[in-house]
Amino acid sequence: MNEPLYLWLIPLLPFAGFLINGILGARLPKWLVTALALIAPLASFAVVANAARATSAGAMLPHAEGLQYRWIDAGLLHVDFNVVLDQLSLVMLLIITGVGFLIHVYSVGYMHDDKGYWRYFAYLNLFLFFMTVLVLAGNALLMFVGWEGVGLASYLLIGFWYQKTSAADAGKKAFIVNRIGDFGFLIGVFLLLANFGSLSFSDIATKLAANPGWTGGILTTICVCLLLGATGKSAQLPLYVWLPDAMEGPTPVSALIHAATMVTAGVYMIARTHFLFDRSPLALLIVAIVGAATALFAATIGLVQNDIKRVLAYSTVSQLGYMFLGCGVAAYSAGIFHLMTHAFFKALLFLAAGSVIHGLGGEQDMRKMGGLRKQMPVTFWTMTAAVLAIAGFFPFAGFFSKDAILYAAFAQGTTSGKVFWFIGLFTALLTSFYMFRLWYLTFMGKPRNPELHAHESPWSMLGPLVLLALGSIGGGWIGAGRFGEFLGSSVGYKAAEAGSSQLEITLSVVAVAVALIGWFIAHRLYRDNEGREPLAAAPGYTVLAHKYWVDELYGAVIVKPILAISRFVLEWIVEFAILGGAAWLLGGIMTFSGAILQRWQSGNLRSYAAWLAAGAAAVLLFALVSWNTVLAHVGIHLNMAGH
Amino acid sequence: MIPISWYLLLSATLFCLGVVGFLIKRNLITIFMSIELMLNGVNLSFVAFAHQWHLVKGQIFVFFVMVVAAAEAAVGLAIIIAVFRARATLAVDRIDLMKL
Repeated sequence: MNEPLYLWLIPLLPFAGFLINGILGARLPKWLVTALALIAPLASFAVVANAARATSAGAMLPHAEGLQYRWIDAGLLHVDFNVVLDQLSLVMLLIITGVGFLIHVYSVGYMHDDKGYWRYFAYLNLFLFFMTVLVLAGNALLMFVGWEGVGLASYLLIGFWYQKTSAADAGKKAFIVNRIGDFGFLIGVFLLLANFGSLSFSDIATKLAANPGWTGGILTTICVCLLLGATGKSAQLPLYVWLPDAMEGPTPVSALIHAATMVTAGVYMIARTHFLFDRSPLALLIVAIVGAATALFAATIGLVQNDIKRVLAYSTVSQLGYMFLGCGVAAYSAGIFHLMTHAFFKALLFLAAGSVIHGLGGEQDMRKMGGLRKQMPVTFWTMTAAVLAIAGFFPFAGFFSKDAILYAAFAQGTTSGKVFWFIGLFTALLTSFYMFRLWYLTFMGKPRNPELHAHESPWSMLGPLVLLALGSIGGGWIGAGRFGEFLGSSVGYKAAEAGSSQLEITLSVVAVAVALIGWFIAHRLYRDNEGREPLAAAPGYTVLAHKYWVDELYGAVIVKPILAISRFVLEWIVEFAILGGAAWLLGGIMTFSGAILQRWQSGNLRSYAAWLAAGAAAVLLFALVSWNTVLAHVGIHLNMAGH
Repeated sequence: MIPISWYLLLSATLFCLGVVGFLIKRNLITIFMSIELMLNGVNLSFVAFAHQWHLVKGQIFVFFVMVVAAAEAAVGLAIIIAVFRARATLAVDRIDLMKL
């Protein structure tokens, strides 16, 4: 394959968009800002699509290219600046630039009247830059650059409406919680360097392949560190707390960053380093446990949320748990498959929710919505497609990917695999229930708040909805098997993952039946809902409504002690001891020396004159007596240069 | 010919007389005159050396010193008159407002 692919253009085009809009945006006319912001992701998408075409849809990958120069060269540490395109990164790039472009288009309508229009698009382009760097990176360090960068972009966009305290706080929370995960990631990178002497993924894979007996041990430690990073970025237990709060950002941001792309970075990273996880059954088990626990945990909280975006946020956390579960049972391609279909339907759900919020003038409480299907038909039908997809109904996209994961868990054959399968299935029931609850509360029944006059959104917003709806419907038809074979050389596909056996069909039927039950319950409870909560009397409702008091727990156990310690350090050690001490010490020296020197300031002219004369005499004496002679006398020889 | 050391000795004597006068006298005008005495002691050294080495530079320098001294005398006397008007005394021991 000799055709150059210009892979470096993929991240650099959005970066150019960021620079131009970020620096000049305030002075440029709005149409130009819009054009620049839209061209960048579209051109990136074109480059990716061209790469897919040139490599015969990925058949000739992996392909490493471009900036092959040494980035860090210090002692034993060599890190190249290399970008790598393989099947895995190709899929990710298509999602990121494709869905990213659609969300950019949507944002033109959504953010139309915002003062920070140019700032918003600059940040959005910056995000695409870092996200593509993360995906294209051929080594762990470059990936870390993208990893941190998307965190920054996420922070900037969550706190986009920084005048709102809650938005600024949510941004900080996301950043700090992510820092905890990043710490784990970084330790993992250090351990990789210490044990493999290289950070390049292909080098590490080669070294592992050369040592087939090397399992567990330090590899487990590395994997757990990397997993900690992934739980931060992908909002898994125990670091999921930032994602629901991240809904303070503009809705398209929630769709792009906090549903479709950035939060899937953890899944991508695990798939990217799958050769490590494959060598550590314990680490894989931990991944699966984290995924299954998160999927169930977040889904239960999602049952009782009333803010439309928060339902979707917990749903995202839950679906990410599915992807982790898929990776944890070593079905990486299934995890990535779900990542792809999820990118379609969850982006669609968020954008449709954004359309609803936009149409209602900022109302996010589902209890005040209702009956919107007539006023917002396009939003309603696209949202319906997304709800059916996430609930897992045949033949929508979510059905195929979710079943692939559940089947992979079940097909493990172990007890733990069956437990994971059951948790996944139960979560599917909950998912179906809370998604249809949202659907009924928002679109069905009668409008509950007569003061809100809904209007359908402009076509710049509806267009992306329709396209994403097509993806949500047809995105799964490629089939988990074919998708797995395509990804095979990247993530090691096992044929057993797909299978077309009787067992898989049975499991699919069970899953759809479970989803139907969820729909049915939601139908009974919320079809003609008048705005009160039928679950309010149910046992455990308080626990769920308070989200298991996790935020309160973290606040009391972690935040408060750290705040107290920080305050102590700040007020007593830094403020009092260091700054205060330094001030007092300096002042003291001045006062003391002043007290001595002030005796010279006698105001007596003759004493001044006497000192002057004495000084002159001293200088004279100094000139007369050879200084060197004196020094030589006491044994010191000044070695003047050249003499 | 008188050796240069004699001139220098005289010059040093004049300078020291000026210094001592400056230090021990109380009257501002006397102190002022002591300064002139020091300047002229230095001038004598300049002239002596100029004569010794047949260089005109030393004599030129003396002219500069005299000009500066004249200017200083003008300014200094003005200050002395101003001080006398303000304090009705010329005793330096009593002009000590700067004392802490």
